Amino acid sequence: MKQEHAMESGNLGKIYRNGEVIIMQGENGDCMYVIQVGEVEVLQRLGSDEVRLAVLAPGDFFGEMALFEREVRSATVRAIGEARVLTVDKRTFMSRVHEDPSLAYRLVKIMSQRLRRLNAAYTRVSAHPFNQSAATPSAQTP
Amino acid sequence: MSNLAPTSSPSTLQLGHLESHSRVRVAVIGGGPAGSFFSYFFLELAERVGLDAQLDVFEPKNYARGGPAGCNMCGGVVSESLVQMLATEGINLPATVVAQAIDSYVLHMDVGVTRIKTPLQEMRIAAVYRGAGPRGAPENTWSSFDHFLLDRAVAKGARVVPERVQSVTWNESRPQLKTREGTSGTYDFLVVATGVNGAALKMFEGLGLNYQPPGTSKTYIAEFFLGRETMEKYLGHAMHVFLLNLPRLEFAALIPKGDYLTFCLLGENIDEALVQSFLNSAEVRQCLPPGWQRPEKFCHCSPRITTSGAVHPFGDRVVFIGDCGMARLYKDGIGSAYRTAKAAARTAVMEGIARGHFHRHFRPLCEAIRRDNLVGKLIFAFTRQIQHHRFARQAMLRMITREQQGCGAPRMSMVLWDTFSGSASYGDVFLRTLHPFFWCRLLWECLRSLRARPLN
Ligand SMILES: Cc1cc2nc3c(=O)[nH]c(=O)nc-3n(C[C@H](O)[C@H](O)[C@H](O)COP(=O)(O)OP(=O)(O)OC[C@H]3O[C@@H](n4cnc5c(N)ncnc54)[C@H](O)[C@@H]3O)c2cc1C
Repeated sequence: MKQEHAMESGNLGKIYRNGEVIIMQGENGDCMYVIQVGEVEVLQRLGSDEVRLAVLAPGDFFGEMALFEREVRSATVRAIGEARVLTVDKRTFMSRVHEDPSLAYRLVKIMSQRLRRLNAAYTRVSAHPFNQSAATPSAQTP
Repeated sequence: MSNLAPTSSPSTLQLGHLESHSRVRVAVIGGGPAGSFFSYFFLELAERVGLDAQLDVFEPKNYARGGPAGCNMCGGVVSESLVQMLATEGINLPATVVAQAIDSYVLHMDVGVTRIKTPLQEMRIAAVYRGAGPRGAPENTWSSFDHFLLDRAVAKGARVVPERVQSVTWNESRPQLKTREGTSGTYDFLVVATGVNGAALKMFEGLGLNYQPPGTSKTYIAEFFLGRETMEKYLGHAMHVFLLNLPRLEFAALIPKGDYLTFCLLGENIDEALVQSFLNSAEVRQCLPPGWQRPEKFCHCSPRITTSGAVHPFGDRVVFIGDCGMARLYKDGIGSAYRTAKAAARTAVMEGIARGHFHRHFRPLCEAIRRDNLVGKLIFAFTRQIQHHRFARQAMLRMITREQQGCGAPRMSMVLWDTFSGSASYGDVFLRTLHPFFWCRLLWECLRSLRARPLN
């Protein structure tokens, strides 16, 4: 068993309290985030409603679209309980990906899996337009 | 068996096209960061392209042992950029491995002290133990960083051979290894990741590779137990760096790691006299509890650090990575191990393992690091001038203090942040200093210091 107090000082990233917004839909972004501890929810505003698109866990990333395009954030991400999240700067990422394009492979792979799930959810919703539960969460992150 | 370097045509050295075996056999000598990163990325890429590979990592050290025996002696600071890149790769450092997350640097000079915060005020620098912690530390407090990386490689399918390689020869143009314990084997491809601390590199002298090991210099590391409360009170979550006017001292830092404080001194052959001068300096004393004395017994070592890259760090079926190949000057050695290891893995899997393949696809990275180190030497020469001139130290201190109070763009702060943390290349740091405002401000502050100087 590792000594508990020894680990308190070893958490990387920044702490977000329960309900704290990490990124906001519509805002500009220039970084991606990787969850170290805890969970976050990905929400999208639809008129006055908020739809939960996904719940992400340690090791998952979000906000990656900002690394590849200059659009505003496509969703809001909020901490569920206390979460620790590490920021990956676009500047650092870009300078490394220039040297080693394979760095983007894992991001592309996970984005492709998310797209696949999104397509599946879309197909289900199209086939059963009145069945709300046909749409699967965890299809997309901002 | 022969001692001559093999000559094979590049096309027969593409791993996917090796005729004699269906399974490619790879040997990695050294399971430090370079060896583990290589193994991890090689096996990942091999899986991606459907290459069947058996990879053996020869590593005699048991990282679960405390003290120097289980440790690859270093300051243990995982740079901000490497923490980010590893997270992007899906390798997140757990809190059991990170002895201390760091969010700022405190710069100590005789003219004053100033704190430089991380650009995002976030814990993005990891201070780790390479082994299981200092000699005498309670067992199981931290997991070794090197063990954590080696475990990732094992999870990808690497096999660890806990033995020391004693000789390398050629067996019909393939590298053949023999360990001290008597194990021997012939491999299709050999990766050398032995670092520079030890006699391993002598094995390659007579192999006809024209390999010349990197230049090195002796350093000093010591670990002192201060206890958590004292650490919090005197050092906090910051790394403390010192610009002192001590001859031969290039860089000195105090790195907090939980209950322990790591002293790390780099420069020209650090000896006991220099260590004493450093420990007795008022700037260091003010970071420590009043009356603190160096205990009689403590964990310390004098490892070698690379000061220049190796010559010809590759040949047919052989590549040298990490410290024994090419590393950044004084900074982010673990980051260099990651970069060279990954470049070697990419080259081997995607291109081939002939000298020509490494020349085209691995050498450019080595050359980029070599060129950047030349700029690094210039930056360290500039820093040395600041170290030697009190008015320059005062000017720099005023510039940083002003910037950290939110007045003006943080140009000097970022230059120092990137230099100390190793987050950016020396080239980028140099480009930052070319901004006219940087020089105007620095000259202005220098003039102010000179004017305020008492006349003799
Ligand atoms: C004082 C000091 C402070 C430093 N501080 C930092 C820092 O804070 N941050 C940072 O990023 N870098 C730092 N470095 C640099 C860093 O230590 C190295 O760049 C890094 O360890 C290189 O990794 P490597 O895998 O190439 O070599 P190593 O870490 O040296 O690993 C080599 C491995 O090879 C094994 N080996 C050797 N010979 C054989 C053999 N014959 N058979 C089998 N195995 C063998 C060894 O047991 C060892 O495990 C510092 C270096 C020094 C000297």
